[in-house]
Parts: sequence; structure tokens; C-alpha cells
Amino acid sequence: MLSFESPVLTPWHRVPVVFKFIAVCLCSLLLFVFDDLWVQMAALICVVALYSMGGMPFMQAGFLRIKFLWLIVLFIILLHALTGTPAQGLGIALRLISIVALSNLMTMTSRLSDLLAMLHSALLPLRALNINTRPVELAIALVIRFTPVLISKSTLLSNSWRMRSAKRPGWRIVFPISLAAIDDAEQVAQALKARGGTTEFKNS
Amino acid sequence: MERNIVFIALFAALIAALGFIPPIQLSFGVPITAQTLGVMLCGTVLGSKRGALAVLLFLALVLLGLPLLAGGRGGLHVLSQPSIGFLIGWPVAAFITGLIVEKLRTFSISIISMIAAFIGCIVLLYAFGIVGMAFMLEKSLIQASLGVLPFIPGDIVKVVLAGLITGALYTARPNSVLSRSSNRAAA
Repeated sequence: MLSFESPVLTPWHRVPVVFKFIAVCLCSLLLFVFDDLWVQMAALICVVALYSMGGMPFMQAGFLRIKFLWLIVLFIILLHALTGTPAQGLGIALRLISIVALSNLMTMTSRLSDLLAMLHSALLPLRALNINTRPVELAIALVIRFTPVLISKSTLLSNSWRMRSAKRPGWRIVFPISLAAIDDAEQVAQALKARGGTTEFKNS
Repeated sequence: MERNIVFIALFAALIAALGFIPPIQLSFGVPITAQTLGVMLCGTVLGSKRGALAVLLFLALVLLGLPLLAGGRGGLHVLSQPSIGFLIGWPVAAFITGLIVEKLRTFSISIISMIAAFIGCIVLLYAFGIVGMAFMLEKSLIQASLGVLPFIPGDIVKVVLAGLITGALYTARPNSVLSRSSNRAAA
């Protein structure tokens, strides 16, 4: 499923997504402006406290989602240690963890439909200028619909490759996936046109 | 209109799908993911404007929190990582790659696509990536350049693949390679 939303309900699920979005942007900005090491440490403690409000399973799920950061954090600390600025490196690493964890908290506690509704609202100024934003919304819906389809096709292609070869499929399946995407695009475009295309959206 | 929208959307989905192909490890331990190859294909197959729009659409959905980046990443936090320059550079790289394929018609589409992907998705993209990394890590441009050097061999492999795949797609579906088909056919 194309969503990060946590099945564990937390108090943050009840906060409107726009407020969460503004809060994440504001906190990120403040962490860049006040870059003292103790500020970064305090911020990280606060972020951990925010996660803890969702309970231990939620905290564990959140940690798993940002676990990939360890390599980047290690790279930052090593790079700064080698260039004689270890404290600065630690500050940058802490800031990175805090911002990533905060954004992750927002995505884990927001429904995809709410995020899309926020995008719809963000396009309001364009609609006020009489610009048709329906093609953008249609394109978003198509990506959400067809990403799992293409992933499924690439899995099938990988499996059929493995049936016939001991080597990993890797780049060898990029051409057939691209061809599948093109063929799907042609068929969907024809189907859309047959159903009135985007003209229907322009009048709505 | 419909064809353009659908191609843009499906290539955004293609970039996402390519992120799920297991990365190849180079001999010195640097992983190559196929996602940048998707950005190159957006430019070489869709052309400048459509290619850039497909990448922008993909990035918009990543920022909204869809786990579409390689490794199942997504959300606003991708903007706070050292690789931010590369993400900002992706639409520009796809645009320039597509523009070169549209304008240069001297050699075969495979060769042109390789040249275009090299200029757009290596030279230009790395310029964005290095500036972004220098800013995020508070390092000089030279120090940041050293940090991205290990990824260049992998991207050169992808440039060659992008050229070969675009050539093969042009042979299989000439009218669907929009960077080379007329505007009337694309509309």
C-alpha cells in the first residue's frame, strides 16, 4: 500500500494535517537558525517525547522508518571528524535526525487522502486564476494507481528471469518495464479519450 | 492532452517502480539504484517539458509522504538530507536531457540519449548535488565533491543503459518516444 500511515492511532492523528505541515516547516527552520549543539540535543529529546505519546509500538515503528539514517549520520560525523570539526558534525547529525523524525511523525499520523486534500487546497490560487488544475489531480491519481501495477509487473519479470538464470535480473528488466509503462500509457490515454478526456474536468 | 497527462503520470510511476529493483553493489561497495535511470529515461523518452513534469510529479508525491524513493523513503524529511541537491536537480536534469534529445538529431537516438543523459544527469545534476551537499553538511564545494565521487562510475553505467534502452524503445514503439515524435502525435 502506498502510504506510511501508522495503524496505531495516536493523539497526532487528530491534529489537522495543515497544522502538522506548518509545524514541521517551522521547527526545521528554527533548527537551522539556532544551530547550537545543546539546542539540537534538546530538540531531539522533545521529538522522542512526541513519539512516546503514541506508545511503545508506535515508537518502534517510527524508529524502523528512520533507521536508514544511520549510514548518513556516520558519514557526516566521520567527514567532520576528519576535517577537525567533530562538534559541528554532531550538531548537523542531531539536526538531521530531529527533522527527519518530525517529518516522519507527520507522515505516519496523516491519511493519504488528507495529504491529497492539502495539495488540492494548495492549488486553489491557480483555480482562482481560472487555471484548470484537474489534469494535475488526474495525474496524481494515475501515479497512485499505476505505481503498484508497475511494481507488480517488475516483480513478475524478476521472478521469470530467476526461473531461467542464476544471475540477478537487475538492470535487465528495466527495458521490459519501460515498455510495459509505455503500452499501459497508450491504452489508458485511449480509454480516457473515449470517456470524454479532460474536457469533462474543464466544465466541472 | 490525455496522452501527455498519462505519459507524464506513467513515467512518474516508472521512476517509483525502478526504485524497488534491488540495488547493484559496485566492486568498491557503492550501491547503484535504478531510480536515476528513470529520471534519465523521462528526459530521453518524454522530451524536455514532459520529462521535467514527470519528475516534478514524482517529487511532489514523495514530499506528500508516499514511499516512492529507493528504499521506500518519502515525506518532507527528504528535504533535510544531504542529497537534497540531487532531488532539486532531477527535474532540471530531465529537462536538459530531453532538450538535447529533441534538438540533436545528427546521430542515432541511442548515442544522442547517452550524450544527453551524461550532460543532464551527470554534469548538471552533480553540480546541483554538490552545492546541496556542501550547504547541508557545511563543507566546502571541493570537500562535498569528494563525497559524491564514488557514485559517478555507477551513474556512467546508467547513462549507457539509458541510451541503449531509449534506442530499443524507439525501435519497438517509435511513436511512443515522444522526444522524437512530432508534437501533433503527442497531443
